[in-house]
Amino acid sequence: MNSASNVMNQSPAAAEVMGAATVPWGRQMYWCVRRELWESRSIYIAPLAAGALALIACLISVARLPERVRAAGALDYAQQLEIVEKPFDMAGLLIMGATFLVALFYSLDALYGERRDRSILFWKSLPVSDTTAVLAKASIPMLVLPLLTFAVSMFVQTIVLAATRAALSGGGVDAQAAWGHFSLWHASWMLLYHLIALHGLGYSPFYAWLLLVGAWARRLPVLWATLPPIAVAVFEKVAFNTSYFGEFLMGQLGGQTHHATRVAGSMSMDSLSSPPPGEFLTNPGLWLGLLVTAAFLALAIRLRHERGPV
Amino acid sequence: MTCIEARGLGKSFRSTVALSGVNLDVPEGRIVGLIGPNGAGKTTALNAIAGLISYEGRLRVLGRDPWRERDELMKDVCFIADVAVLPRWLQVSEALDYMEGVHPRFSRAKAERFLAKTTIARERRVKQLSKGMVAQLHLALVMAIDARLLVLDEPTLGLDILFRKQFYDALLTDYFDRSRTILVATHQVAEIQNVLTDVLFLDRGQIVFACSMDDVESRFAELTVNPEKAAAAKALKPRHERQVLGRSVLLFDGADRQELGALGEVRTPSVEELFVWLVGTRAGQAQGVAA
Repeated sequence: MNSASNVMNQSPAAAEVMGAATVPWGRQMYWCVRRELWESRSIYIAPLAAGALALIACLISVARLPERVRAAGALDYAQQLEIVEKPFDMAGLLIMGATFLVALFYSLDALYGERRDRSILFWKSLPVSDTTAVLAKASIPMLVLPLLTFAVSMFVQTIVLAATRAALSGGGVDAQAAWGHFSLWHASWMLLYHLIALHGLGYSPFYAWLLLVGAWARRLPVLWATLPPIAVAVFEKVAFNTSYFGEFLMGQLGGQTHHATRVAGSMSMDSLSSPPPGEFLTNPGLWLGLLVTAAFLALAIRLRHERGPV
Repeated sequence: MTCIEARGLGKSFRSTVALSGVNLDVPEGRIVGLIGPNGAGKTTALNAIAGLISYEGRLRVLGRDPWRERDELMKDVCFIADVAVLPRWLQVSEALDYMEGVHPRFSRAKAERFLAKTTIARERRVKQLSKGMVAQLHLALVMAIDARLLVLDEPTLGLDILFRKQFYDALLTDYFDRSRTILVATHQVAEIQNVLTDVLFLDRGQIVFACSMDDVESRFAELTVNPEKAAAAKALKPRHERQVLGRSVLLFDGADRQELGALGEVRTPSVEELFVWLVGTRAGQAQGVAA
């Protein structure tokens, strides 16, 4: 105490040296990611629910498949393939759409929720650095959700594929020619590539922006996340009658699809087109985006260090 | 070794000064009560010590700068902000898993032992627990950490008297030893008076009184003066004076008790009474100035 320190006895254990107890960073990271999954169950419930829905819809569609393939004409392989693949693509889209929404909402709430319910005081009372905490949260939309989407999609598509084959052969349709062009292995590689390239890396600046707003906003993070970009776009339109900013954002959201899977304007996993990773990796937009992601995350880490409960 | 050392510690929130010029030395092995009225700066001081807020001046906790080295420091420091900070969605078993996963000094077996004394089921979520159970859970998690400093900010706020008593009993019997230090901020001074080794009174961002409990007992005496001895009593230079039912009650610091005994009824003030004497009088003076 300032005036009474002399009256306090020094404890005999005072000379004890602090032990060098540490937990490896990887283990801390693992538990921080697990923690996120406990808190936001929608991370796995949404893809599973979307997967179940897609599976049921596809199976219903498969029942009518032989009839439609026959109607398309036995010799038109391209059309046959399209009919066979369509439910496939739709299933993939449904699951991806669901996880994309989960990723957006998760990112916005990840650093805001803990401040709103004051639990940040508990998390910060543990020897976990802000960097570890923020990176664990960022890994959910950028890594965990794409991989989960992939796993669920693969599961659904494998079942649908088996059902399709069974339905076609059972319906007496000879679609061997069409199958000749279709490879599940190739389709799954395309899907994984699409998910990691576009959903993981391509969208990462958006997720990082939402994390940053969540770490910064005192209230209404959803408004802070959306209004400033809209305001910038409108300002640009009014002041200069141009729309570079808006187009840039839309390009980041949709245009990367082109670079990632070369299927402009759709997220089809068309097995006939092959991915050009070279083109994707040399696209300056990707690297610029990753740089922006890094900057946003660094700011979010700093803000988590400085800001307390709201 | 000094556990907490502060020199000129200060903190302002915009135009409000929450702490100013606080000097503090807390050696290891003490249980220090930080006592102050609402808005005195208790939480600010504890948050600075726990590395949650930046500050002006110099502050070292176990030799570290809490603001720069929070995550390292938290291996050796436990902090209970108040009963409401455990996230509501957290399951008891998840809390144990997580602590075991990230904290190098957490003993799951210890936490399980503490929890076994309660009725808290492992599969319950925090939102399904009563306030008292949440406090018990938090305490079990914290006591299972082999820490050197435990910082408690109003840990029993909103709990009933039985829970409060259990809380401090558990802390004393199962946790405290001479190698650990506990710093606790509270309003409920009377309940923890017997637990403390030292008290600090904080008022308007400054430490206005710091003393060991042994010294409180030997130094301070409250004298209810016999009316005819009033002049003699005042000659002994009391620190404070007030009127109770028409009689003068005087507070002496370091006076001879035998001498006082001749002038009226002498007793040792409780920490709570001392707080009212020392801080209440200051507040009264400030109001007087303001008026």
